[in-house]
Amino acid sequence: MADFQTPEFREYPAVPNTLIPNATAHLSPFVAKPEHQEQLGFPGELVDNWEEKAIDKMGDLLGKYRSLRVYLDSCVKCGSCTDKCHYFQGTSDPKNMPVARQDLMRSVYRRYFTFAGKTLSKFGLGGIVGAREMNREVLDEWYSYFHQCSQCRRCSVFCPYGIDTAEISMAAREIMDHVGLGQKYCNEILGKLQKVGNNLGLPEPALKATLAEYGEEIEDDTGLPVRLPLDVKGADILLITPSADFFAEPHIDGLMGYAKVFHEAGVSWTLSSYASEAANFSMFIGSYSNMKICAERIRDAAIELGVKRIIVGECGHAWRVAYSFWNTVAGIGSGADENDVYAQKLQKQLDHSFKQPTHICEFTYDLIQKGKLRFNKAENDHRTVTFHDSCNVARGSRMGDWAGGQFDIPRAVIKACCNNYVDMDPDSIKEKTYCCGGGGGLLTDDLMEIRVKGALPRMEALKDVSDNKGVNTLAAICAICKAQFAKVLPYYNFPMSMLVSTHQLVGEALVMTGSEQEKELMEEEAEASEED
Amino acid sequence: MSVLYALLFYVAFVLLVGGVGFKIYQYWSTPAPLKIPTTPAPTTRGGVVFRIGREVVLFESLFKSNKWIWLFGYMFHVGLALVLIRHGRYFQEVGPLLKFLQPFGIYAGFAMVAGLLGLWARRILVERIRYITGPSDHLILALLVGIGASGLMMKFVKHTDIVAVKVFFQNMMQFNLGALSLPGDPVLMLHLFLVAVLMIIFPLSKLLHAPGIFFSPTRNQVDNPREKRHIAPWAAEMEK
Ligand code: SF4
Ligand code: SF4
Repeated sequence: MADFQTPEFREYPAVPNTLIPNATAHLSPFVAKPEHQEQLGFPGELVDNWEEKAIDKMGDLLGKYRSLRVYLDSCVKCGSCTDKCHYFQGTSDPKNMPVARQDLMRSVYRRYFTFAGKTLSKFGLGGIVGAREMNREVLDEWYSYFHQCSQCRRCSVFCPYGIDTAEISMAAREIMDHVGLGQKYCNEILGKLQKVGNNLGLPEPALKATLAEYGEEIEDDTGLPVRLPLDVKGADILLITPSADFFAEPHIDGLMGYAKVFHEAGVSWTLSSYASEAANFSMFIGSYSNMKICAERIRDAAIELGVKRIIVGECGHAWRVAYSFWNTVAGIGSGADENDVYAQKLQKQLDHSFKQPTHICEFTYDLIQKGKLRFNKAENDHRTVTFHDSCNVARGSRMGDWAGGQFDIPRAVIKACCNNYVDMDPDSIKEKTYCCGGGGGLLTDDLMEIRVKGALPRMEALKDVSDNKGVNTLAAICAICKAQFAKVLPYYNFPMSMLVSTHQLVGEALVMTGSEQEKELMEEEAEASEED
Repeated sequence: MSVLYALLFYVAFVLLVGGVGFKIYQYWSTPAPLKIPTTPAPTTRGGVVFRIGREVVLFESLFKSNKWIWLFGYMFHVGLALVLIRHGRYFQEVGPLLKFLQPFGIYAGFAMVAGLLGLWARRILVERIRYITGPSDHLILALLVGIGASGLMMKFVKHTDIVAVKVFFQNMMQFNLGALSLPGDPVLMLHLFLVAVLMIIFPLSKLLHAPGIFFSPTRNQVDNPREKRHIAPWAAEMEK
């Protein structure tokens, strides 16, 4: 299968690893080609005076991001975060300890931006405060280890100062992009999104055909004319979902689940071919300007279609961007200042009695609360389900009105349509959830080794409930998690079929008004009452 | 010698206040362009104050993470806080609060040093922490242990004329340079010298974690991005 070893399950719960220095120093993603770089406004290849440029860019970011400045100063090397990263747990490489990952940049910061580092370095004593010159070796190390961080923020939960390694690795990638050393996977995809409208480069006709096909499939199953509308002007709701929902398994089943819920709720909704992507990899590369360009496609589509509400499909980082950043970068949200012409342009049009944007789970949950959805839970009785909290949803966003709604709402939705639900080890869920191993722009075949190894802690927790609690179904709410698990589960001897989309469970148990399923149920009930 | 020490303390004081003041200004004036609280996060300002309060007073996140580091770190910091309060008597008249805390201060000195030694032991014994420890981390620990140990020596081994020390600092604060005279006790001299060094390196080192925690966006932001548009000045420029 591959030229590396899938890690062995450790004794559970696991004890901290013994260090294996440079265990994954050989892992680096493919470098972006000049055309991938240039389409995002970055130099095509490593510029001549890149050392200087990198330091300049770092200075620029230090002035723009308080997080970077404070975090590079504040770490006391307490060690609290050292065993918290899934990549460290899966590789034992000390540079995958969050603080050590930060130190790859902090050493350069100290050398060029602190009094102690600058002064001591003059006498060749920079090492006392861990200061290092920026050179090729350092750059290579950055390229390798800042692409072994999925920006999942687990480390930030446990740091006494909230130091978020994700902020550092985003800054590092932004600096590398600016000197001409970008990552192929992210930058190529961002180019497609900015040109065509989605990560796949799927043009409108193909998308239209695909959606029609799924509509027919639902109709065959339910007998109801469920449609997945595209580019409908005047629709109330614009659905923004990761493009993986259009072609990958089990994502598609989730998409069909949303369509059923919308149909049952009787709302008018549409997808947009211009903004057919919820994902926004700009976050991974730490690029504010690109994040804005990508999000503005959605803003423009919403204005163009005249929708009142924006709903986001199942995706982790996309929901973080939508929930936390859309209002900032593109004015998609509520509460902009009256004089904020830019943001008001869209906000005047939206209906602020709803949360803007709304997560699809919030939408479904709301209908469940109001008693508007009927489920036949028995449809999911062959399953014992557990739920994987996506890192970006868990630690970078919220659902509902209360802190922690992002944990409660998806679980409530699943429990509404499944009889058997079990949580994994408390140290591996909710705010302490482990990344799937493929987030942060690592979901590419050239990083397969780190993806498999990084999945270890999640796989261990899954193994625990599958051995001891009979769990046979893993529900996810993120396009990246789903794609990652689909690849990685077999390495750990789990069947790929155990993976489902959360709205797939919804779609399977939903009894739509007037559907074949409803008729069958009524017949069964009639029979049962005759027997009585 | 006394005048030299007074000068040293004037310099140390200016560097400490100026340096930390500058860093605080720098943190304050650097925008946080995006909403990045580590969620679940409070949805109100009051909730945020409470969250930071728990971090500062209880070391909540550290407690979640690692009970040993928490224990030693907590011993050290609480000990240090009490000892600092106790040292208030060198700079002002002893009020009721100080009087009440005096006896705790004595044990606090031991707790402080014990906590430091615990943290130091982890730096040497735990492989992961040994890996991330650099020379400056050992030096800062040595400095703090030196301060604590010399202080304890003056209390329990060889008393210093603390009344004279008090007079020294009060004269110093009134810029009464002619009247300065410190007891010529080498342990006291060492203690005071190390304290001055600590004051000087404070704004230049990881000791900046003290102001840093109040400026950490993952901890001090309100979780309300959907309800209120948050935008930094440099980012707003892009919309013009
Ligand atoms: S953000 Fe996640 S992947 Fe990155 S260092 Fe922290 S724990 Fe590891
Ligand atoms: S937990 Fe925070 S302060 Fe402690 S070593 Fe990690 S990053 Fe540094």
